[in-house]
Amino acid sequence: MTTKNLLQAIGEGLAEEMRSDETVMVLGEDVGRAGGVFRVTQGLMDEFGPFRVMDTPLAESLIAGAAIGLSVNGMRPVAEIQFADFIPPAFDQIVNEAARFHYRSNGAWSCPMTIRVPYGAVPGGALYHSQSVEAWFCNTPGLKVVAPTFPADAKGMIKSAIRDPNPVLFLEHKRTYRLIKEDVPEEDYSVPLGKARVHRGGTDLTVVSYGLMLHTALEVARKISNEYDIEVEVVEPRTLYPLDKETILDSVKKTGKLLVISEANLTGSFSGEIAAIVAREAFEWLDGPVMRLGAPDVPAAAFAKPMLDFFVPSAEKIEAAMLELARY
Amino acid sequence: MDLKGARTGHGSVGLESDDLLRMYRCMLLARKVDERSWILNRQGKAAFVISCQGQEAAQVGTAYNLRPGHDYVYPYYRDSGITLLLGQTARGQFLSLLGKKEDPNSAGRQMPGHYSSRELNIVTASAPVGVQYPQATGSALAFKMRGEDGVVLACGGEASTSGGDCHEAMNFAGIHDLPVVFLIENNAYAISVPEKMQVAGSIYKRAEGYGFPGVEVDGNDVLAVYEAARDAFERARRGEGPTLIEARTYRMTAHSSDDDDRRYREREEIEGWRQKDPIIRFEKYLEEAGLLDDESKEEIAASIKDEVDEASEYAEQAPYADPEEAVERVYAEG
Ligand SMILES: Cc1ncc(C[n+]2csc(CCOP(=O)(O)OP(=O)(O)O)c2C)c(N)n1
Ligand SMILES: [Mg+2]
Repeated sequence: MTTKNLLQAIGEGLAEEMRSDETVMVLGEDVGRAGGVFRVTQGLMDEFGPFRVMDTPLAESLIAGAAIGLSVNGMRPVAEIQFADFIPPAFDQIVNEAARFHYRSNGAWSCPMTIRVPYGAVPGGALYHSQSVEAWFCNTPGLKVVAPTFPADAKGMIKSAIRDPNPVLFLEHKRTYRLIKEDVPEEDYSVPLGKARVHRGGTDLTVVSYGLMLHTALEVARKISNEYDIEVEVVEPRTLYPLDKETILDSVKKTGKLLVISEANLTGSFSGEIAAIVAREAFEWLDGPVMRLGAPDVPAAAFAKPMLDFFVPSAEKIEAAMLELARY
Repeated sequence: MDLKGARTGHGSVGLESDDLLRMYRCMLLARKVDERSWILNRQGKAAFVISCQGQEAAQVGTAYNLRPGHDYVYPYYRDSGITLLLGQTARGQFLSLLGKKEDPNSAGRQMPGHYSSRELNIVTASAPVGVQYPQATGSALAFKMRGEDGVVLACGGEASTSGGDCHEAMNFAGIHDLPVVFLIENNAYAISVPEKMQVAGSIYKRAEGYGFPGVEVDGNDVLAVYEAARDAFERARRGEGPTLIEARTYRMTAHSSDDDDRRYREREEIEGWRQKDPIIRFEKYLEEAGLLDDESKEEIAASIKDEVDEASEYAEQAPYADPEEAVERVYAEG
């Protein structure tokens, strides 16, 4: 066991899958010689050559579309969209195509492909290197959307995504790439898609979060446990779509209170879906309003640091929301 | 252009008389299935028809180079000539037309003309125009990476070349010399929009910029199309890369059963193209070559009529899928 950060863990998962299955390959912009702009695919081209680790032209629809064609002809492609902000040209191929091959052919075809998507606000990223795009895709039956936050989970889930017979969108929050290191097993293991993870048990309220916000939420939860004796149960969906409702509902039925925290803007968000499910299916257990915390409804995080910090829910705002909910 | 028969002689392209009669029968079957589909539409039995009429030579001439179940095909919605040649049946076409459970393409989920067959490597087709091209390059790349000799055929109308996917795919195919044949069936219209409002310069000449051959062919001459496609497939199998074929043809029906083409084109224009009907032209050629006479023509026509009758009746009697099936097979298992 060695400690690894998120991007190392994902890279290691990719390399292991490529070693054990020669149909697994990587394609995208700058993934080869450069090893990706975030270095996730570093070293892969040296080991596997320029076809299995292919630098594509700058053409997102092609990247997703070619991955589809590869996947229906015996390959297990892992496509990288360099930044989530540049996924719209590939939207048609992902949403209208990959996600529907199975349904529209009555089960005859399917697309075993993974699309890795670095997302989330980073200092200096501004409007087009910052976006949280999960809501666009969590409304697409036939597609799986996953967003692991911790390195060991991410390694296990990239393996599951590659082995899954369906198209999987694999979201990686850029600000969590190097944020923490943890023990990541060396041996072959996988973490199932569609299963949430409970990070800390608690009886007073449930927080659901993922990505950078999960790290902040865990930090605040520890703080208010120490300072106020309020015990927050923190649930990480890990897979956003299809969602593991049971784990979230079980937690809310225990605590009676729910706060969903994400970095996406709130209107039409994935957080809204969780709120709707809990409001209906845990209604009789609720002791307070279903609360959400997210970014304001503006296009994306701004370039200037003060505006960026205002955009992303801060530890202070999260603490205030937790305390407000705990008072009910 | 020789309006009477085919310009190209079959001997010179290496086809036997059996091949020619098989091509002819398939073209005629596609036409007759199509004509019956319109009747079923007028009878209120078929909600939507989209036609191959006029394009049978471009389709069958190209598809005759495919090895069914080995090469991959990304057809578009008019390509019943291709799918029938590969092994789909008249019955299957009508089952799909009527949205029945046994529809081989989608079990009643998709509109007619959205072909699919896992066994025949017909990759499930979509409605958004042009999306098939990047996918086709991916399938071709898979063949190339494994060192196999499979070829991918990707088809579309002339308007499918206007969007970005077509450019992205041809650029990528050119970079890696991928074994893909792009067949553009230029039928002069995209619903109502004529070619001159759709296409700058020329489609086939664009291939030069991508670094692979582009050829223009008389799309109503099945042997000329066969020859152009044969060269393209051989080139792809030799590992030399893609070819773009622009087959010049004409859409003989309205865009679909929901369209009234009197709003945008003259009857005389259609009449002019009827004289160049690819099936009539091929018949003349076969007659001149001594491969078809009145008797054998009638025989073939009668056997096709029986086939179409049987197939459409079967499809009419066939059941729909249970409504609850609408929620099944969203995700692949395993
Ligand atoms: C992306 C997209 N835009 C619009 C349409 C609606 N539409 C369907 S067919 C068509 C015309 C296509 O013309 P062409 O590619 O020349 O093929 P043809 O129908 O003439 O064979 C249009 C506009 C569509 N299906 N997809
Ligand atoms: Mg057209």
